[in-house]
Amino acid sequence: MRVTFTVNGRPQEADDVWEGESLLYVLRERLGLPGSKNACEQGECGSCTVRLDGVPVCACLVAAGQVEGRDVVTVEGLADFAKQRAEHGGCASGACGTADAAEGTPLDEARRWAARGTDSQAGEGTELSPIQQAFIDAGAVQCGFCTPGLLVAADEMLERHPNPTDADIREALSGNLCRCTGYEKIMDAVRLAAARQSEGV
Amino acid sequence: MVSVTDRGGGERCVLASTPHEQPMNEPGPPHTIWLKRNHSETTETKKRAGQMDFLRPASWEEALAAKAEHPTAVPIAGGTDVMVEINFDHRRPEYLLDLNRVGDLYEWEVGEETVRLGASVPYTRIMEHLRPELPGLALASHTVASPQIRNRGGVGGNLGTASPAGDAHPALLAAGARVEAESVRGSRLIPIDDFYTGVKRNALAPDELIRAVHIDKADGPQQYSKVGTRNAMVIAVCAFGLALHPTTRTVRTGIGSAAPTPVRARAAEEFLNAELDEGGFWDNGRIITPSVAKQFAELCSAACNPIDDVRGTASYRRHAVGVMARRTLMWTWESYRGTAARTEGVA
Repeated sequence: MRVTFTVNGRPQEADDVWEGESLLYVLRERLGLPGSKNACEQGECGSCTVRLDGVPVCACLVAAGQVEGRDVVTVEGLADFAKQRAEHGGCASGACGTADAAEGTPLDEARRWAARGTDSQAGEGTELSPIQQAFIDAGAVQCGFCTPGLLVAADEMLERHPNPTDADIREALSGNLCRCTGYEKIMDAVRLAAARQSEGV
Repeated sequence: MVSVTDRGGGERCVLASTPHEQPMNEPGPPHTIWLKRNHSETTETKKRAGQMDFLRPASWEEALAAKAEHPTAVPIAGGTDVMVEINFDHRRPEYLLDLNRVGDLYEWEVGEETVRLGASVPYTRIMEHLRPELPGLALASHTVASPQIRNRGGVGGNLGTASPAGDAHPALLAAGARVEAESVRGSRLIPIDDFYTGVKRNALAPDELIRAVHIDKADGPQQYSKVGTRNAMVIAVCAFGLALHPTTRTVRTGIGSAAPTPVRARAAEEFLNAELDEGGFWDNGRIITPSVAKQFAELCSAACNPIDDVRGTASYRRHAVGVMARRTLMWTWESYRGTAARTEGVA
């Protein structure tokens, strides 16, 4: 079957989709967006977290056919999503009717996405969302496999709670596993992003 | 074989597992589809493609018609149970019946005495909006898996799967609920006490879908407690729900993951109701006599019919249910007496 939906602000189409296929498979294998990671395939690890109509969900548990006509944001589009949100006063999901064809992240650009730079300067020269920058600055990325899911989940939490408590952060990230167990640095990163956000940096 | 990675959604409860089932916590890519790079070209995929239809009704009436035409169709809403089974090749339904476009299922109405909760209202919404009316279910909802899962899953899925480990069941049993099931033949309300008929079996007819759940609004304190290895992303080792009903002067309970189906501890309820009545506790608001609480806990333990598995032994489950019964009784009773402001449960 064919599935037509919005990915990172741009309309996309996936063909020959198997009826039992997950959104995660469509994103990774059909649209070439491997940012959302495939790990547990049972909603246990949060590595595949994306926004579906603004809501964080595990892409591995959404049937491809269920996203028909809906709006998905992946980690590849996070920088642009955060930028739109900043410019439109808090709403970047397109639900406010502000999305137009010139906005969003084109698929080929998203596919080429890379955190360029060397060594500790990863990210230099690439546009990053505040949460991505905070993860780099706080050293919250170890093996990096859990990072995309954590970024999407943390970004959404900061949208709801501009000044989160540690309990808010822990709860919001409770569905994302880091097998390097780098949780302290991850907490630091989210606190840093929140602090910068409230300072209006 | 059993799963240690299951969550509160309870999609693969160990009680339902069969010996030949593959273990869920094996490392590595779990099934073949990811390994086939040229997926659309393989005969495997073509074979798959012929095996499943994706039905997308735009309204409740269309959904009922589709279910009547294809009784084997598997309803999918949040997908947090169904997709796991498909991802792991444990289930290959002929038809998937997508309910995401049926907007009615995402709505709830707060009435005079009951809440009519749409089958697909996500747990997140229940936590955020229905805590005053349905405190037990709101607490239970908060123990379901993770934010991502709670954003998708709802009570209808818990009931449809009918796993003994489903987190909503003890709260529904304790509060008193009726399941609104509908087919093209008509609609009926199934009392929650009659709904669970076996391990992952429920009272639904093949052509029926769950439309909503009618839950009595809380007329007194309610509590929910769940034992697991951590506070998130965990399937219940066992769980316990308790509701005080001052208007009828009764106490109701619900036990999860400690019997082939979710159950009430009826003997314990009857004992406690009689003791509270006899001692005038509902009027004088005295602290419940420790010996009464102890016997209530023992009777709750006795209502269990648990098994040994990776999550816990039968005797541990019996013991833990007793502990949770005593604690939730104390918490709710303190709240009823107005001497303590304890409203939070613990997982």
